[in-house]
Amino acid sequence: MSLYTRRILTNRIGIALSMIAMAFGLAALMWILWTLFYNGFSALSWDFFTQDTPAPGSEGGGLRNAIVGSLMIIGVTTLVSTPIGILAGIYLAEFGTTSRFAATTRFVTDIMLSAPSIVVGLFVYALVVATLGGFSGWAGSLALSLIAIPVVVRTTENMLLLVPTALREAAFAVGAPRWQVSLKVTLRAVKAGVVTGVLLAIARITGETAPLLFTALNNQFYSTDMSQPMGNLPVVIYQFAMSPYDNWVSLAWGGALLIALLVLAINIIARVLFRKKSSA
Amino acid sequence: MSAPQQTADGDAILEVRDLNFFYGDFRGLTNVSLDIAKSRVTAFIGPSGCGKSTLLRTFNRMYDLYPGQRAEGQINFHGNNLLDKKQDVNLVRAKIGMVFQKPTPFPMTIYENIAFGVRLYEKMPKSEMDDRVEWALRKAAMWEEAKDKLQQSGLSLSGGQQQRLCIARTIAVKPEIVLLDEPTSALDPISTAKIEELINELKADYTIAIVTHNMQQAARISDFTAFMYLGELIEFGKTDTLFIKPKQKQTEDYITGRFG
Repeated sequence: MSLYTRRILTNRIGIALSMIAMAFGLAALMWILWTLFYNGFSALSWDFFTQDTPAPGSEGGGLRNAIVGSLMIIGVTTLVSTPIGILAGIYLAEFGTTSRFAATTRFVTDIMLSAPSIVVGLFVYALVVATLGGFSGWAGSLALSLIAIPVVVRTTENMLLLVPTALREAAFAVGAPRWQVSLKVTLRAVKAGVVTGVLLAIARITGETAPLLFTALNNQFYSTDMSQPMGNLPVVIYQFAMSPYDNWVSLAWGGALLIALLVLAINIIARVLFRKKSSA
Repeated sequence: MSAPQQTADGDAILEVRDLNFFYGDFRGLTNVSLDIAKSRVTAFIGPSGCGKSTLLRTFNRMYDLYPGQRAEGQINFHGNNLLDKKQDVNLVRAKIGMVFQKPTPFPMTIYENIAFGVRLYEKMPKSEMDDRVEWALRKAAMWEEAKDKLQQSGLSLSGGQQQRLCIARTIAVKPEIVLLDEPTSALDPISTAKIEELINELKADYTIAIVTHNMQQAARISDFTAFMYLGELIEFGKTDTLFIKPKQKQTEDYITGRFG
């Protein structure tokens, strides 16, 4: 066999192996998605969005209270963690490149990024829920913020570090102080990347169950009071999926599908945003 | 200590005396002394790594951004030593502007690119700002090309236009000195010619210091030329004299292309 034919053969084998690996991974993913869509779609209906979670043994019902609760908790989390995360990211990339304080912050942020979310939930439970006397939507948002902030901090910092040195120097060269350089020039240069980071952080927290289990708990009634226990999709899914009632299980599938679609939508928006900006 | 190499005519706007520069432990400049003449173009030439950009970046304290880099000696500007710790670097940079090798438009509109620097030090009504933007763009020979797209992103311009926008942005702040760090090395010959023409016009109002790899360019546009090698100022004088009758062997070798 000539070297050339051997090379072609090796190439074909290599491609075949990687195709098999890809098919394997894709098949698993497709299976999950198909099951989710198959079971979830049948649960989606008008009632699903307009009725609250049903009591044990009752027919029908929907997830209105959980959907509204989730949106509120996620909304507050986003409002809290976006400014904190972005400002901390700016600090790390622009101000604290060499300071010890920044190095410590960076280290802690990295630990927080990989901390199991149940630990965060327990932390907030011990710190807020147990001391202030009750589960609440605020506590849920706090727990989710602790998960979202490190994601925003790190993406913001990494994006800012991609800004060419020349651009930063050019802004300093017209006599701009550091905060103006950071806010008006470098942050603006990576706006799309930072927004993407925020969106991915939201996607990340949308499906978090453990932190909410110990903080927002759940509420089978419709409530928009953040200082009370609050219904939310992940915990409802967790409870309903393991229940003996058919309508509950079906609602859990519907809720899971809803979260999956939400995360998908966020990811698509993030991609479109990022692509549009980087091609400009 | 080398004696300062004086220029023949013109008032000195910057007096560099016994300047030493360090990147950590590495010495980037050794005992550099020279005068930058007011309203003249001074060119810095020399092989890569000779310290010419380093020298330029001491004039506006750009090295301050990087811990570990430090300068010793004196750079006198209107009787103040720019290297003084107490010197407000932002004010220095507003008086001594800089244009870089690669065009660096800010991620904002053409108008905002110019207004950004002006707003830092002057408060003025919109109409006056409009005039200032037009003035700066005209000075940079950009007005005709830019007047209909002031609200477009500065990034939408071509490379040569971006570089002239950067020059306009620098001039808009009304500095006394404009530092140009290889401003044409990323541009095509036509854009380069435009920038050179521009430098020629600007020297009436501004003092210009330019670092260039292109010896023809230095010969074409500068009044004085400094030849640097390995962090030292080898020869400094009138451009005509330096290129036609260099005093130092190293200068002659470099400009005749025998090394570098």
